[in-house]
Amino acid sequence: MAIEWYVVLSALLFATGAMGILIRRSPVVILLCLELMLNAGNLALIAFSRMVGNQEGQVFALVVMVIAACEVVVGLGLIVAIFRRRLPLDVDELRELRG
Amino acid sequence: MSATAWAWLVLLFPLLGSLVTAVGYRALPARAAGAIGTAAIALSFACGIGALLSLLGDEPEARHHVSALWTYASAGGLHVDLGILVDPLSVFMVLVVTGVSTLIHLYSFGYMQSDAGYHRFFSYLNFFVFSMLLLVLAGNFVILIVGWAFVGFASYALISFWYRRETATGAGMKAFVINVVGDVGLVLAAFLIFRELGSFDFEQVFGAAPERFSVNEWTVTAICLLLLVGAFAKSAQLPFHTWLADAMEGPTPVSALIHAATMVTAGVYLIARTHILFVLSPTAADIAAFTGLATLLVAGSIALVVTDLKRAIAYSTMSQIGYMVVGVSIGAYSAGMFHFMTHSFFKALLFMAAGSIIAAMANDQNIDRMSGFGKAMRFTSAMLLVGGLALAAFPGTSGFFSKDEILAFAAERGGMYEIFVVLGYAGALLTAVYTFRLVFRILPGTPCREARELIDTGHVAHGEPVNPVTGEREDTDVGFPGPEHHIAEHSWPMKVAMGVLGVLALVGGLVQVPGVDHVIASFLDPVFHDSPLAEIHPSVGSEWVGLAIGAATSLVGIGLAYLLYVARPETPGLLRRRLRPVHTLLVNKWYFDELIDVLIVRPVLAVGRFADRTFERIVVDGLASGTAETVRGAGGIVRVAQSGFVRSYALLLIAGFAGLALYFLVVSS
Repeated sequence: MAIEWYVVLSALLFATGAMGILIRRSPVVILLCLELMLNAGNLALIAFSRMVGNQEGQVFALVVMVIAACEVVVGLGLIVAIFRRRLPLDVDELRELRG
Repeated sequence: MSATAWAWLVLLFPLLGSLVTAVGYRALPARAAGAIGTAAIALSFACGIGALLSLLGDEPEARHHVSALWTYASAGGLHVDLGILVDPLSVFMVLVVTGVSTLIHLYSFGYMQSDAGYHRFFSYLNFFVFSMLLLVLAGNFVILIVGWAFVGFASYALISFWYRRETATGAGMKAFVINVVGDVGLVLAAFLIFRELGSFDFEQVFGAAPERFSVNEWTVTAICLLLLVGAFAKSAQLPFHTWLADAMEGPTPVSALIHAATMVTAGVYLIARTHILFVLSPTAADIAAFTGLATLLVAGSIALVVTDLKRAIAYSTMSQIGYMVVGVSIGAYSAGMFHFMTHSFFKALLFMAAGSIIAAMANDQNIDRMSGFGKAMRFTSAMLLVGGLALAAFPGTSGFFSKDEILAFAAERGGMYEIFVVLGYAGALLTAVYTFRLVFRILPGTPCREARELIDTGHVAHGEPVNPVTGEREDTDVGFPGPEHHIAEHSWPMKVAMGVLGVLALVGGLVQVPGVDHVIASFLDPVFHDSPLAEIHPSVGSEWVGLAIGAATSLVGIGLAYLLYVARPETPGLLRRRLRPVHTLLVNKWYFDELIDVLIVRPVLAVGRFADRTFERIVVDGLASGTAETVRGAGGIVRVAQSGFVRSYALLLIAGFAGLALYFLVVSS
């Protein structure tokens, strides 16, 4: 298959994720959308790596996965903490950091 | 052991004592702290004797040892050791300081017993003695300045010892500020010495000075005058004397320690130590001598009218130090040091007796209220009388021999120095009158209420602890002695200390009787023999003539005091009315406080206020608040972006990256 398919799929996934972040208000969904964007990036990396024929892109993809795992841990931890304090799970209402 | 090893031990014990009592204040019982403090100084005294014996084992010319523990500072041609100089002068000072301090510690052991700050007191007291010993043993100007400043701090701490007493903290600050003025003078003098001679070391400075300077060259005069600023501030000479009377706010043993035996004589020591410079600058020496003379007369006249017992003795201290300053300035070095020794005996004794009486008066210091203690407190009264006789130079007592030796020397130098003889004897007359004014007010007469209580019940009067100056009630929680007082009659340590000093005050002058013996002069001779003035020796005959005049002056003074205060008690009131302007002048202490206030304090305050109104408000505040306003304004603009909506941040982020991507796309194609 030509590289274009992979890139287009990656772009679509990325756009879906970005759109989800912009329109959804639940932190859980926003986290999911973030994962989607990261994995869109991963897909593009691996696709280009195949095309070029060396392994560097795949190594980067692995690194991104590790980072994604860390980010999920922190993100979910935050969400649980918010939930425990009986705060609304809605990013529009959690706006104490307004300048 | 060598003399320097002994001298290091002299320094070590008070420092250790101070640290142990300070660190161990929770663990040590109060009496143990007092015992440690006293023992530390006693050991130091014993080591001082060791140093003396070791020094006496040398040939007189070889009695000069230096020793350095380590290098204190070394940079760019400057080399300063943590070094000491052991010679007859420093050993003499060490012996008097530690000897009298031991007795004062012993006295405090009893006197301060009911004070909550007992450990603190002994720690300060030991530190004070350590500083003073560092000062007199210093082998170069840097260490001298270190000791000098330590002494200033220690006196501040001790004067403000009852720190809830506002007048005491004020007096402490006053003493400290005036002492720092003196420190600045001393430091500047040291700078000049280093610039001219390239060294801080006593040996090198005094060795090089005669070749480097011609007589009365302006640099050496400047050095001497700056040294005098330091000496006068420490020794309470005009016009830096105002702190000494206020320093009486401290506990009485402190008054005895600081204002009799040790601190105030540091200036005399400094002049004696740097006598070679003063020989090179006769102008500065004459200025010093005349200041001493003025001080002895001014202070003596104030002492005539002061009604506060301790302050009266403090003015007498100033006056006696005036004699010492005159002595060491005109070249009567050993006579000046001899007077320092006898003075520390009888003045410490007088303060101790005064402390005992003040305790019996439940902390009231007003001599107008005291009378009849001769019957109530026999021991204290006897000691007060002995101290008074020695101070008034009664024939045969210690003060008799020492004071006249200075004046005999002045007479021998002749010329202008005759003034010192005439006015010196006038001062002696004043001394006898004001001393016996105190004695005749306190001892005879019908007993006052407190004395009556002591006679009838044997108990010391209890009183509300009130500040004698302001009449405020004192806070006794933080170490004010409170209603419990200790008098010598009921406390053996006080009795022992006073008894020893009493004996010394009576017979201490016999070590140096004209024509009989001259222990101190011959001991100190190796230090001063390089001064041409040391060649001048009054003949034995003229000294005895001086002594005869001194005896007559003293007896006339005592007789005058008897006439004024016992035989015709109405005369002082009559005199006060007749000579109202003079009396007002004296009661207001010659308006020195007011003068300093007008000449220095107010102008400085005015400059400060002006700077506050203009420079501070416009320039400094303008800069500071201008910066703050700029940053705040810029922040206000950026704040708009911080809406708190996470999704709007995300939008900005994504839009931004999209914009960047678009830009690169456009650029690349």
